[in-house]
Amino acid sequence: MASRGAFDEIWGHGGPEDPRPEFAALSQWVADTPTAELQRRQQSAEAAFRQLGITFAVYGDSDAAERIIPFDIVPRVFLQHEWSRLCEGLVQRTQAINAFLEDIYGERRILKEGLIPPELIYRNEQFRPEVAGIRPPHGVWAHICGIDLVRVGPEEFYVLEDNARTPSGVSYMLENREAMLRLCPELFRDFRVAPVDSYPDMLLETMRSVAPGDNPNPVCVVLTPGHFNSAYYEHSFLADSMGIELVEAADLVVDDDIVWVQTIAGRVKVDVIYRRIDDDYLDPLTFRADSMLGVPGLIAAYRAGNVALINAPGNGIADDKAIYSYMPEIVKFYSGGEARLPNVETFRCREPQALKYVLDNLDQLVVKLVDGSGGYGMLVGPTATKTQIAEFRAALIAEPHRYIAQPTLALSTVPTMAESGLAPRHVDFRPFVLTGSDGVHVVPGGLTRVALREGSLVVNSSQGGGTKDSFVLMDAAAPGQSQSQRQGS
Amino acid sequence: MLSRTAAALYWLGRYVERADFIARLVEATVRLDALSARPAGEAAWASALAVTYTDEAFAATGHNLTQAHVARFLTLDASHPGSIVRCLEMARNNARAVRTALTREAWTAINRAWWLFQNRASTGGATATLNLVEQVKGETRGFEGSIHRMMRNEATWLIQLGAAIERADNTARLVDVKYHLLLPEGEAVGGVVDRDQWTTILQTVSAVTAYRWLYSDGLQPANVIDLLISRFELPRSLAACVEETVQLLSQLAKRTGLQGEADRMARARMARMQKTRTSEAIVSGLHEYLEAFIRENAMLDAAIARQFRFI
Repeated sequence: MASRGAFDEIWGHGGPEDPRPEFAALSQWVADTPTAELQRRQQSAEAAFRQLGITFAVYGDSDAAERIIPFDIVPRVFLQHEWSRLCEGLVQRTQAINAFLEDIYGERRILKEGLIPPELIYRNEQFRPEVAGIRPPHGVWAHICGIDLVRVGPEEFYVLEDNARTPSGVSYMLENREAMLRLCPELFRDFRVAPVDSYPDMLLETMRSVAPGDNPNPVCVVLTPGHFNSAYYEHSFLADSMGIELVEAADLVVDDDIVWVQTIAGRVKVDVIYRRIDDDYLDPLTFRADSMLGVPGLIAAYRAGNVALINAPGNGIADDKAIYSYMPEIVKFYSGGEARLPNVETFRCREPQALKYVLDNLDQLVVKLVDGSGGYGMLVGPTATKTQIAEFRAALIAEPHRYIAQPTLALSTVPTMAESGLAPRHVDFRPFVLTGSDGVHVVPGGLTRVALREGSLVVNSSQGGGTKDSFVLMDAAAPGQSQSQRQGS
Repeated sequence: MLSRTAAALYWLGRYVERADFIARLVEATVRLDALSARPAGEAAWASALAVTYTDEAFAATGHNLTQAHVARFLTLDASHPGSIVRCLEMARNNARAVRTALTREAWTAINRAWWLFQNRASTGGATATLNLVEQVKGETRGFEGSIHRMMRNEATWLIQLGAAIERADNTARLVDVKYHLLLPEGEAVGGVVDRDQWTTILQTVSAVTAYRWLYSDGLQPANVIDLLISRFELPRSLAACVEETVQLLSQLAKRTGLQGEADRMARARMARMQKTRTSEAIVSGLHEYLEAFIRENAMLDAAIARQFRFI
């Protein structure tokens, strides 16, 4: 899979000598700054990340707790009109996800109308019958959505994956920007980059907006599995930047369907929990009984309407890869219009015809486990070995319903620092969409993940990918403040 | 403040202080070893182990009492829970668990101290060992400095409280072990003992200059003991640690409204210390005096845990 032919976000199809007209100045900056200087700044950013402990664990690696995600100094850039269009699609999709969740755990109209095969829901491990019938405070399910996008051409964006459970990476969006402001201040002089630092305030506002009851000063906390978790840095970063407590399950106790946090001065009632613990481990009385991470009685308190859980338990059914292929229908069903952000073409291996096509074209396709994440359980056909293809063939035949397949897309590239200097590397993009009781908000920015190896399409940080800052450029006439997209839900 | 946060902050203070103390002890012992006539250095390293209550653990390693082995054991040995590297790891784990209660500076300071020890297999010779412990002292000083730039609130005071309790314990043990080690069998207090060894004790608590300022009549063991036990001016003396503990507990009480057994114990201990003259303590049995102090310190530690609902 060569990078040749892919659309480059800065260079277009032309290459360094002939960049996209809007990015001539950026391209010039890259060209004018000596490679050694760019490398020096990049190393300085990474040293700072290490010192701050901005780390990420790769499961199965014994030095796991202490790895930083490689940072690349060249930003990826969105033009204002590109961003506006993306936002429309993101808002529409997020509203549909929320409506879908409300429906599936409520009336189930979409099943009654026959748009989705019922067994796809009822036999899905991500479906949680335990929360059926619960309507979360203010009717918001997916408060924080990370919607992974890829681009294959100037006007062609596709949704690769929806993350409606506990999407991570927002701390990188903010820290990468901090690093860029410090290391490349000249870029911010030459370009009007929309700020992202309003994100923590917006998140806190979102949390407060969905607090149950009418407490004008709801107590909000971030719940982490603990400091050995791979995303612990992000958990502490978020609590810190919102000015709220970072708690572990042991700090919480449920009494009489009310959640309390134990402080040195005694118990304090908790109203909103941004939980970064998976459903399975949330409450041993409802989900996995053997979980030591959870808070016994939490779901009962949630059911009683005394606490808001962010994101709502049971959301996994909306970002499941088997459901993903129905998203265009889901968006249409709830919004009444065509999805503005299309899906990548997806073959559902549970359907015999699709399975046959997938088996015949394994070397051309990307095959994914529907319940896999972070690049695990994945086959990238064009770069796979014969053995890997044979293994997947056997797995597909044995359990076809566990897999989907997609064509290998020519993902767009962004110039990236490689050992020999700048070279195009494939990227994807995760914007963060917030839904509160007052509507949907998108911060102008997100997390750009970059595959650091030449030709590789795997951008997951758990598979050795890196990150870049993501600039959203403001039009010259636009006011200088943050331009979050607001729309009623 | 979360109960768990309070506990982690307190233990963060204790572990950083412990790492710093071990660094000072190793530094002083390297000097003592260098000054001793060969092969008397063994005794110096044996006493360093005794001060940290790790003589048995070291014996279990099967190594002989040389600088290379003991210095490595006390600084870099990851399998030994009392080594500097393990203290810093525990300090960092606690700091990590309560990152949100710390400033970026304070976290970075402790994280940097921890990085100092990563991928280090040996201390090297005397000079390298001295360089290493000098770096540890620099990092812990940096951490202490960053604490003084945090908000003057519960978080800061709990870290300082942990440090004060730990420091009191360390000084008491240092005096207990060294005094009895240096006092030859049948020798009266104030008899002929090795001047260099007394200097070493002072070096461990950074008090060589302080001693000269406070006492004019040369190096007298009784004066050294007096300095380390009763002089409030010396930050590492028992008196100073006791006073600081009382002050920190009352600041915490004012802010959190939590006052109780720990405050009463700390105040009673201070009142007693103000009345005790070091010379009397020596005459009536310094070892018993120090043992009682260490025991009381442990009881105070437990009372603090109860008072602030540590979990």
